[in-house]
Formats: sequence, structure tokens, C-alpha cells
Amino acid sequence: MSVVTETPATETGRPAPAGDRQRWRTLREFARRPLGLAAAVFLILISAAVAAASWLAPYDPLAQDLGHTLSGPTGQHWLGSDQLGRDVLSRLLFGGQVTLIGVVEALAVAFVIGLPLGLAAGFLGGWVDAVVSRVTEVVMAIPAIVVLLMAYSVFDNNAHAGMLTLGLLSAPTLLRVSRGAARGVRAETFIVASEVVGTGRARIVLRHVLPNIWGPILVNTAMLAAINLGVQAGLNYLNLGVKPPAPSWGGLVAEAQINLQLQPWLVIPSGLTIALTIVAFILLADGLRDATSSRTSRAARSVTPATDRVRPVDEVEPAAGVLEVRHLDVHFGALRVVQDVSFSLQEREILGIVGESGCGKSVTVSAVLDSLGPTGRTTGSIKFDGTDLLTAPASTRAATRGRIAYVSQDPMVSLDPSFTIGAQLGEIVRTHDRSSRAAAQARVLELLTDVGLPDPPALMKKYPHQISGGQAQRVSIACALAGRPRVLVADEPTTALDVTVQGEILSLLRRLRDQNGMAIILITHDLGVIADLCDRVAVMYAGQIVETAPAGTLFGHPSHPYTKALIQANPIVAERGQLLPSIPGVVPAPADWPVGCHFYDRCAFRTPACAGQPIPLVPAGGADQAARCIHLDAVLGATS
Amino acid sequence: MFRTWGTRILGSLALIVIVPSITFLLQSLTPVDIGRSILGLGASQDQVDAYNHQLGLDRPFLTRYWDWLTGFAHGDLGTSYTSGEAVTTMLGARLPVSLALIIGSLLIFTVVGLLLGVLSAGGGRIVGRVVDVVSSAGIAIPNFWLGVILVSLFAVKTTILPATGYVPFAAGPGDWFRSLVLPVVALSFAGITAVAKQTRDQMMVALTGPYIRSLRANGVPERSLVYRHALRNASGPTVTVLGLIFVGALSGSVVVENIFVLPGLGSQAVTSAGQHDLPVIQGIAVYFTTIVVVVNVVVDLAIPFLNPKARAR
Repeated sequence: MSVVTETPATETGRPAPAGDRQRWRTLREFARRPLGLAAAVFLILISAAVAAASWLAPYDPLAQDLGHTLSGPTGQHWLGSDQLGRDVLSRLLFGGQVTLIGVVEALAVAFVIGLPLGLAAGFLGGWVDAVVSRVTEVVMAIPAIVVLLMAYSVFDNNAHAGMLTLGLLSAPTLLRVSRGAARGVRAETFIVASEVVGTGRARIVLRHVLPNIWGPILVNTAMLAAINLGVQAGLNYLNLGVKPPAPSWGGLVAEAQINLQLQPWLVIPSGLTIALTIVAFILLADGLRDATSSRTSRAARSVTPATDRVRPVDEVEPAAGVLEVRHLDVHFGALRVVQDVSFSLQEREILGIVGESGCGKSVTVSAVLDSLGPTGRTTGSIKFDGTDLLTAPASTRAATRGRIAYVSQDPMVSLDPSFTIGAQLGEIVRTHDRSSRAAAQARVLELLTDVGLPDPPALMKKYPHQISGGQAQRVSIACALAGRPRVLVADEPTTALDVTVQGEILSLLRRLRDQNGMAIILITHDLGVIADLCDRVAVMYAGQIVETAPAGTLFGHPSHPYTKALIQANPIVAERGQLLPSIPGVVPAPADWPVGCHFYDRCAFRTPACAGQPIPLVPAGGADQAARCIHLDAVLGATS
Repeated sequence: MFRTWGTRILGSLALIVIVPSITFLLQSLTPVDIGRSILGLGASQDQVDAYNHQLGLDRPFLTRYWDWLTGFAHGDLGTSYTSGEAVTTMLGARLPVSLALIIGSLLIFTVVGLLLGVLSAGGGRIVGRVVDVVSSAGIAIPNFWLGVILVSLFAVKTTILPATGYVPFAAGPGDWFRSLVLPVVALSFAGITAVAKQTRDQMMVALTGPYIRSLRANGVPERSLVYRHALRNASGPTVTVLGLIFVGALSGSVVVENIFVLPGLGSQAVTSAGQHDLPVIQGIAVYFTTIVVVVNVVVDLAIPFLNPKARAR
């Protein structure tokens, strides 16, 4: 892993954390959102007006004008006047001082206490975390008002004492956020690396952790400001922390309530000011959330959308199979993550899709399973039994689910933890068979027996957490078989299992194929699994299929440099006593895909010709073999 | 698992001692001369000292704390500084009012909030957006303002409901109910929106679970994924959050009782805070904490029923 390149050292040798540039980008990102920006402007204006109340207010907040009591908005009193003729606008401006200063005080206390404790708890873990978490739980279970009332009572209705207490009571919010964020960042490789390298913990927190988590902290601070403003105004409404006739936003609502019968207008200016300010804080939080979480997608969007799709030579057009994928592109937003993928699957065929993480294997099968989610966009065609699923109506696609079935990578999380094995398998069976409960029960027992599980009746009563990983994977396979699938998609079905169990699951899949005649798509990064089980192989690299061939041909005569390197990097193939060869570099992210060959940067055979234009998939040496390379002869000629 | 569950309930119970101790500790920080502030500036220093002695305020903090604790253990919460009445008697008369308000709101915001949340989780993006906006309103419209507006609409402009005051149940169930409608609505609003949003968020989290992906791919219809699998898996976290929302609503009840002039614990708390009547506030802290603890224990007891993993093996 290229850990070091993630935090490039500046010239002074100081590690550059999230960086000022990124901070500016976030700021620009925030400015792009009209609602968040409007909210920020509103808050600045309100704060400025309140701060400048002595200059802006038309009247003294306590000056009585007995000639104009309880007036609505007039030229003299823009927002009306109260029962003593005091100007509401002036009282609002001056009253905002106690309110806004109070909120800032409470936030500051929450920040000073919550942030360091949260960082410490999240980053150090262990007993520190345990103690801090327990105390946090207790504080969150305390009805805040009780402690606040006690504080006001003891400190003689002192506004600052109340707000300091409120800050203490709301510290857990920020504490939990910073703790969670610190825990998340702590696990990241570059932090682990810094620790290994020997950077002090405090330094790690200041240099690396803090810059990476300030996003969620800012968001929650804005949210806390909204909530504390409501609480503060509520306390002032109760005359806590403010001594009438001194004005405050909450107090103005209380005064308006007294005159409700005579002048209902008076509840509007104060109440609306409070509500609008709270809304502004909420919108600010929303804007900050979007701005800080969209950094990656923004970077992705700036990449020019690839419009350069060149139709590859459709040289390998095998007989129509049960599943035909043609020119499949998958986009998330403007980001293309799968490019021009074509393959076909015959009945009883086991197709292996192999490649490093991030090559688009899972996205490709997600498209086949129609489970990309609302953000994914597909073009091309996916024909199942002659019907193109991408253009088919929703009902057809729904009916296809289970006919193309799915077994996931981690069996322990792919079963619903809240239902027994019998309940969830029974539900899937009834969905497909529309049978009676008794018939469904019999079918469930049959399926569980079929996948080689002992004592199915007892197993049916168990919850997923009560069985082993191997058993859970067999149950998942039983769930997939419930719809009598013609195609079974297995996404790394053995990765999460013990080595001994892996072999059993693979032979179960082979037996089921022989028995039921279904075709299987097997995603894996393990060439051993491919060699063991698959008839054909598709090698994927950076969103494209770079080589496809019968399994035997692929291992004997790999024709794409990536396939070749992949096979050489396999410990089983490598010669004993030799250094295991590895492929230098990493798979480029979708945003960084070059126009030409995607493997260009890491390829031993590259020439300038590789970089110019998209490389088509062309027939290679063996029968039914194709590769996405313009140097086939050189690759085949080179002896490994 | 059983151990953590047991400790959770023990932890909840411990609050009954912890919270009043915190408020008691706050008292020891007091810069205010209680005797002086109750008797006023006109009283002589001797009178003030005698008064403080009579209240036992001249004794060391730990002695006073110990006395309070032993009294608390025997169900004695001391006597009011101002009225000399036993705190339990004073508050006992007010408890039913607060309970009617609090339990009524708890029922309303739980049922309505859960319904809205569940329906919106199955209702697509637009419904979700609406729930988001309305729940922002739940934070933005403070309960005291909402209360005043409700009064102006339903009790001043039209006179469908009484503006303020409380009618005991014994004096007429119909009037009792009418006197509680506006306060319960004012107190429930924030709770409804918070519960709806939490329910929806928890269900959305559940819907991104890997098991949902597997179930969907293997043919389970969307309706069942939302209303059976996601709902069931979201119920545990949602109920946990309900406990926290309830604590917030309890604080809100103090404000609401003052808006509608209900003779409950909350209005007494504010009055006593102004009078430096610490034993009464201390007593209210005990009552409120007890209510919180009861709700938390109910939540803790409910979790194992909702989450099979939390059940004893």
C-alpha cells in the first residue's frame, strides 16, 4: 500500500494534513449552495444588527411611549409597540444580545469540553473511552431543565451561569461526534502508518485526525446552535437568566402572551425572529454537511465525461446464452465506473470474473442484479432469456429477481439478524411458490438438506448469529436456490470463510450446477478458485474486461499483460525460493482513467501508441480468447 | 450479552441517586446567601444567621448531603424553605397534573411519530424530503411560541378550548380533557417530528443493510423489505432514541406548564427557582429523574424483545 503518498511531505518535511487548499475548496463548495449561503448571510446580518443595537435601534429599549401603546406596525414603531409603548424593534435588537451571547457561551463550553474528551476517547479507546462513554450516557439521560433550574436558583438567576450549565449539558453531542469521527479516522491506514513510524499521539491528533473530522464537528456545532437557541429562548421566556424589563427574544414572547387578547400581532416579531434564526442554523448545518461530504464527488465531476466510447470489434459473438451482457456502461453521477463490458453466459457454465479490488466486478454484477440503487445509471443491454432487463418494465425486473439469484460475500451479514433461518427462507420460498405454509415448510427443509446442512428442523428455529459462517453461507445459498434460479451470482462467496470451509462451499456450488443446471457467475480475486471451478474467465481491470478466455487457455497462454502479471503474482504459480513478483502501482480510480489503455501506468509492455486512443478488445491466440491490448504478439512471445 | 443488558438497567437505576446528587453538589457552590435572599434586605444580619441556622445551612456540605440522602432513602425530601411544608406533600398534589401532560404527550408523539416515520420510509424521496422539512420545523418552532400561537388561535380568536388552567379529572373528565388538549399538542409537536425523523432515518439505515440487498436480489418484494425487514431491524435503535427524545420532552413540559398555567411540577420548579427554594427544586429533580428512569428501564426491557442478538443465550 502506498501509504506515504497519501500524505505528501511538504518541503519543510512537515506532513501536509487535509490542507489549506482543501479547506478553501470546501468553502467554495459551501458558497455554491444558495440555501446554506443565504442562511450564513442571514446569521451574519442578524448578529451584526444585534451587535450594533446601540446605533441601529430607533429607541431606547426601555423608553416608554404611553401615547402609542400596543400598536401594530406603524411608521413610528416599525414592528409595533408593547403595553408601555416600548418599541418592539429596539427591544428585539437589544434582546438579541443576551440570546446570541448566551448561545455562543454555551457552544464554547460544549466545544471546549466535548471536543478534547471526544478526541481522547475515540483515539485512545480502552478505559478512557469506557469512562467517557459512561459519563456521557448519564449526562444525556438527565432532564436538562432540572439542572438548569438549580443553576439559576443557586447563582441568583445569572445568565452566564445558566449558559455555562447548558454548555456542559450539551457537550455530549459534540463529544459523541468527535469520538465517532476520531474512531473512524484512527482506523485509516495513514494514521496506523504514522503510529508505526513513531509520530507522537498528540501530534497525530492535531496534524492528521483533527483536519479530517472537522466537517462533521462543524455540522453538529451548527445544529447544536439551533437547538440551544431554542432552549435559551425558552429559559428567557420563563424569565430565567434575564431580569425584566430588560429585553430578550424569549421574554418578548412572554410579554406578547400577556397582551394576546389586545394585540395578537406582538407574538409575531419575536417568535418569527427566533424561528428564522433557528432555521438559518439548521440550513447552515445542511449546507456544511453537503459541502464537507461532497469533496470527492466534486473532484469526480470535474473530470470530463468520457464521450470517446469507441465500439470495439465485436469479434467474439458466441451463441446466445441465458445471459447476454452487451456494451454495459455504469455511471454514478458523471463518473463512469464500468466501461463497455460485454460477456455471455451459457447454461450450466461457470464464468469467473477476476480482478483487483476496485476494478468494477461487483458493480457489473450489481447492474445484472438490478441493485445499483437510485444513483447508478446503466447503458447497453443485459439480456436474460432474450429480454433486455435495462429496458424492461419494473414488474418484469421484479419477476426476474430470484431467477437471477445472489449469494453475497459475507454470509454473517447477508442474513436478516432479526428473523430465524426458517422465517426468512420460508418468506423467500412463499414469494416464489405462492404455496401454503405447510408446502413452503417442506420446501425449506428440502432446500436446507440440499445445501448439505445437518438437522434442518432445528436450524430453522435458529437466528443467524447462532450459526457458524460456513453454515450461514449454506443458508444464503439455500435462499438463492429458493427461486429455482437459472443464473446464480456469487460475489466472492468464500472470502470471509475459513480455508477448510472454502473448499466445501466451492464443491457445493459445483454440485448444485451439475444437479440443477443453472449457470454461475463467480466473482473472485483468487485465481485458485478460478482454476478450481470456472469454465470461462473474464479478467477485469479499471472498469473494463481486459481479457476473456476459457480457464485452461487463460492460465496456459495469458495474452494481456495484466493477466500475465496477475498469474505471476500468484504464490501458487511462483517459483519456490524466488521473490514473489508484484504489480507495481495501484488500480487508477475511475476519475483518473486514461483515454488509452487503462493499464498503461503499470504495464511492462507499454509504448506511446498505447496512450493515444481507447484500446479495443481483439481476438487473441487461443480459441474463444480475446484481449484488450495492441501488443499481443509481444506479450505472448515474452517468456515468463 | 445478558451482562451488558443487566448493567444497562442497573445504570439506569443508578441515575435516581446520581442526578439529585449532582443538583445537590450544585447547591454547595452557591454564592447566594439563602437566608438573606429569602428574608430580604430589611432583615438584620442576626435574623439572617438565625434563619440560616434554622434551615441547617450553616452545617458542612457533607453533613447536609448525608442528611438529605438518609431522608431520601426513607422517602423524605425535606421541607420547603419558603412555606415550611413537606416537599413530598407539596409535589404530591402536583404530580398527577404533570403525569397527565407527560404521559399524554408521550403516547401522542410515539404513536404519531412512528406512524409518520414508517410511512415516509416506504414513501420515496419526496415524502422523505417533506418529513425532513417538517422535522426541521419541530426544532425551529419553539414549544413556548407554538403554545402561545395555539392559545391565540383556539382560545382567543375562537373559544373552542380554554386558554389556560387545569381542571382536575374528578371535576369532570370532559373539561379535564379539554384543558389538556393544547398543552399536549404544544409539547408533542417537537417530539412527533423528532420521532418521525429518527424512525425514518433508522429504517433507511436498515434498508442499506447487506441482508436487504440479498433478500431483494433473491426475490423478496419491496413492500416486505420496508415494512417487515427494515421496520423490524430499525425498531431497536428507534426505541433507544425514543428514550432520549422523551428526556427532551420532559424538559419541555416545564415550559409548557408555564404557558398554560398548569399547577404541575414544572410550574412549581420555576417558581421555586425564583425563590431559591432549593429543597423543592431538589425534590422535583428526584421526581423527574424517577420518571426518566422508569422510561429508560422500559426501553431497556423492550430491547431484547426487538433484537434477538440482545437476548440471553
